[in-house]
Amino acid sequence: MAYVALADRGQVLSHPKSFITKYIWSQDHKVIAIQYSLIAVAVGVVALILSLGMRLQLGFPDTLSIIDPSEYMQFVTMHGMIMVIYLLTALFLGGFGNYLIPLMIGARDMVFPYMNMLSVWVYLVSVIILMASFFVPGGPTGAGWTLYPPQAILFGTPGASWGIILMLVSLAVFIVAFTMGGLNYVTTVLQARTRGMTMMRMPLTVWGIFTATILGLLAFPALLVSAIMMLFDRLLGTSFFMPAIVSMGELSETGGGSPILFQHLFWFFGHPEVYIVALPAFGIVSDLLSVHARKNIFGYRMMVWAIVGIGGLSFVVWAHHMYVSGMNPYFGFFFATTTLIIAVPTAIKVYNWVLTLWQGDIHLTVPMLFAIGFIFTFIHGGLTGIFLGNVVVDLPLSDTYFVVAHFHMVMGVSPILVIFGAIYHWFPKVTGRMFNDTLGKFHFWLTFLGTYSIYLPMHYLGFLGVPRRYYAFEGIDFIPESAMTLNSGITVAAIFVAVTQILFFINMFWSTFRGPKADPNPWNATSLEWFTPQTPPIHGNWGPELPQVYRWAYEYSAPGADKDFTPQTDPPTDAEIAAR
Amino acid sequence: MITIIIFIFVSVGISYWWLLRQRVLEKPWLVTGTDTDTREDIGRTPPAARTGLIVFLAVVTSVFSLFISAYFMRMELNDWRPVDEPGLLWFNTLLLIMGSLSIHWCSRAAEDLNVKTVKITLLATGLFTGGFILGQLIAWQQLNEAGYGLRSNPASAFFYLFTGLHGLHLLGGLWVWSKTSIRVLAGAELEQIQLSVELCRNYWHYLLVVWIVLFALLLST
Ligand code: HEM
Ligand SMILES: [Cu+2]
Repeated sequence: MAYVALADRGQVLSHPKSFITKYIWSQDHKVIAIQYSLIAVAVGVVALILSLGMRLQLGFPDTLSIIDPSEYMQFVTMHGMIMVIYLLTALFLGGFGNYLIPLMIGARDMVFPYMNMLSVWVYLVSVIILMASFFVPGGPTGAGWTLYPPQAILFGTPGASWGIILMLVSLAVFIVAFTMGGLNYVTTVLQARTRGMTMMRMPLTVWGIFTATILGLLAFPALLVSAIMMLFDRLLGTSFFMPAIVSMGELSETGGGSPILFQHLFWFFGHPEVYIVALPAFGIVSDLLSVHARKNIFGYRMMVWAIVGIGGLSFVVWAHHMYVSGMNPYFGFFFATTTLIIAVPTAIKVYNWVLTLWQGDIHLTVPMLFAIGFIFTFIHGGLTGIFLGNVVVDLPLSDTYFVVAHFHMVMGVSPILVIFGAIYHWFPKVTGRMFNDTLGKFHFWLTFLGTYSIYLPMHYLGFLGVPRRYYAFEGIDFIPESAMTLNSGITVAAIFVAVTQILFFINMFWSTFRGPKADPNPWNATSLEWFTPQTPPIHGNWGPELPQVYRWAYEYSAPGADKDFTPQTDPPTDAEIAAR
Repeated sequence: MITIIIFIFVSVGISYWWLLRQRVLEKPWLVTGTDTDTREDIGRTPPAARTGLIVFLAVVTSVFSLFISAYFMRMELNDWRPVDEPGLLWFNTLLLIMGSLSIHWCSRAAEDLNVKTVKITLLATGLFTGGFILGQLIAWQQLNEAGYGLRSNPASAFFYLFTGLHGLHLLGGLWVWSKTSIRVLAGAELEQIQLSVELCRNYWHYLLVVWIVLFALLLST
């Protein structure tokens, strides 16, 4: 067909010549994706090590304690912030978004490659600023990842002198990086889809990443605004958030400000952030389940509607994080209602995943194991979320280990399982080599069972009222001795999980260089990324012509077809034309 | 939080409306072939930069809506002391309007391939906008001297925050403006800079609207 695709008009791909332009200052979305992922995983490992420091303290306060109370607070804060923002957000959108969007929609690259490159480097700057806070006087901030004022900037909180400033600056820089990337992802999906790739033919992975990016573009400004205002309060002595306070016997110069105002701004970002992490995971897991169960995804349209519905709703539930901050009871009622409403599209998605498996030809490959593991952890974390969404249940459980268990199940373990599954799934495409299957299966079972034994017991601790963000529990009457034993067990499990991740790294590292050559389409999948002329795809992705799309991405085990999958690029068969 | 909620509702509404036009109601498993792709524009889609700018402006609107929300919420507390805005702001507003008008004129001239007018109006845009920023700085000084320093009161702090942020966005615009101007002076074909000028025009108009909203807000409270 005689048409020039958008991606081919006017856009001259700069073909790199030297090593530096090919792997360092690269404008190729695939290289940028890998850079994003490597940086994100590296900080993720830092966050993991921090959590082990905390766990050792909690599990063996008398023998293996290596940190003091201030350090505990600093570790909690840095661990939470890194995991949520610098690992998960960056990896899902900067990593998977960058790699998969152009390949899945049939584009040669992102629409603004230069800005895309800037995005990853600015992200690196934000990470460096954040890491620098470990080395400044006073260390990183210990305000909790929620950074609530006034304590976040009051002397007495660890890191109030430098740490908090670096944290806020780093967040602002991160948001700039994210915005540059996000503009790319959204515009690319809107404009660079190849011929035949209508919105309703996009794989759910793209839908998830696309919607999450829009959420991010609208919600991250709230974090930016609160960071700027807090920096003003801290550095210039304004009183946006700071009330009058007697600190160390002296009346502060500030007065009249409202800490609640910060909480509103923060959670206006914070809740959508949960979905910024969850929606890409939803999308990816749908694709993994469908490919490895050799069945079309159950209820594709409903899945799309659920994604965009959740996206819209996620902006009107933020105050369920503020039930204990005190608010008009009617507001509590309103936010509890919206929170429970959002459970409806979420539940639809879960049913559809399970129904996709129903009577499928399930291949228990490594990616599939992780995807199924996700269904378990996500249902688990989702159910406790319904508990916490109700004001009367939340009040006693708030700030206990029940909350820690809930959010680790729903936005810690679940997305991480999807990330592992996705890495195994696309690894053959990214590197052109196959990973070691046995090692992968070991990795799955040890991680899945291990994380369960970390977080399941925490629910009981929460029921006992064991408070969160505490360095030690000695001398608290209502905490029985058995809780301490449980804590030791949790710590053992945490160390175990951390150590098993070495399996993953060995597998990835070894297979990248020594693994057996992979088939271009090892899973017999239908979506476009598996049909690049080269594996791994070269700069520009496609041959002289862009692919043409004739059908949706879930044509598995179609009745009457000779294979159990029909690629998106296959023209309609005679039977299909006759059926129209 | 009313302001930001309204903004979010509008954005979500627009997105859903757009999605409906993408035929999200269709059953993709029943339709095969490329003829279902009704994007006639597929070979000549609008330039990506235009769409990119619109998305970017949505982000900026989110930032300003959030600041305005914070403003309203902070205002309700009892230590609020309204600012006495200097009259100079009216003059600055005039300058910004002039800037907007000249870039508008410039983009017309670029379409008509009228090099001379393009050069003059481009220069005028820079002068007016530079004048606006300078004027804002002087207004800051006047306020400070009148006892409305940054620390004096949240109302004044918000004043500096709003104007500063708006000014920063204009500076960003001026950076693109200067790149475009250099290309014009270096003798680039007008066809090649039409898009840049058009995007500058949209950006200037947008920032003018933002300023008018902020100014009205500051004056009325
Ligand atoms: C094996 C992996 C992990 C372990 C052992 C672990 C452990 C912990 C511990 C001990 C705390 C502090 C609890 C307290 O004292 O309040 C914590 C807090 C937290 N974790 Fe994890 N975590 C892990 C993975 C993750 C992941 C993947 C995420 C991503 C969402 C995450 C997000 C958070 C957040 C947001 C906090 C709260 C920080 C705060 O209270 O300010 N964690 N984690
Ligand atoms: Cu929430």
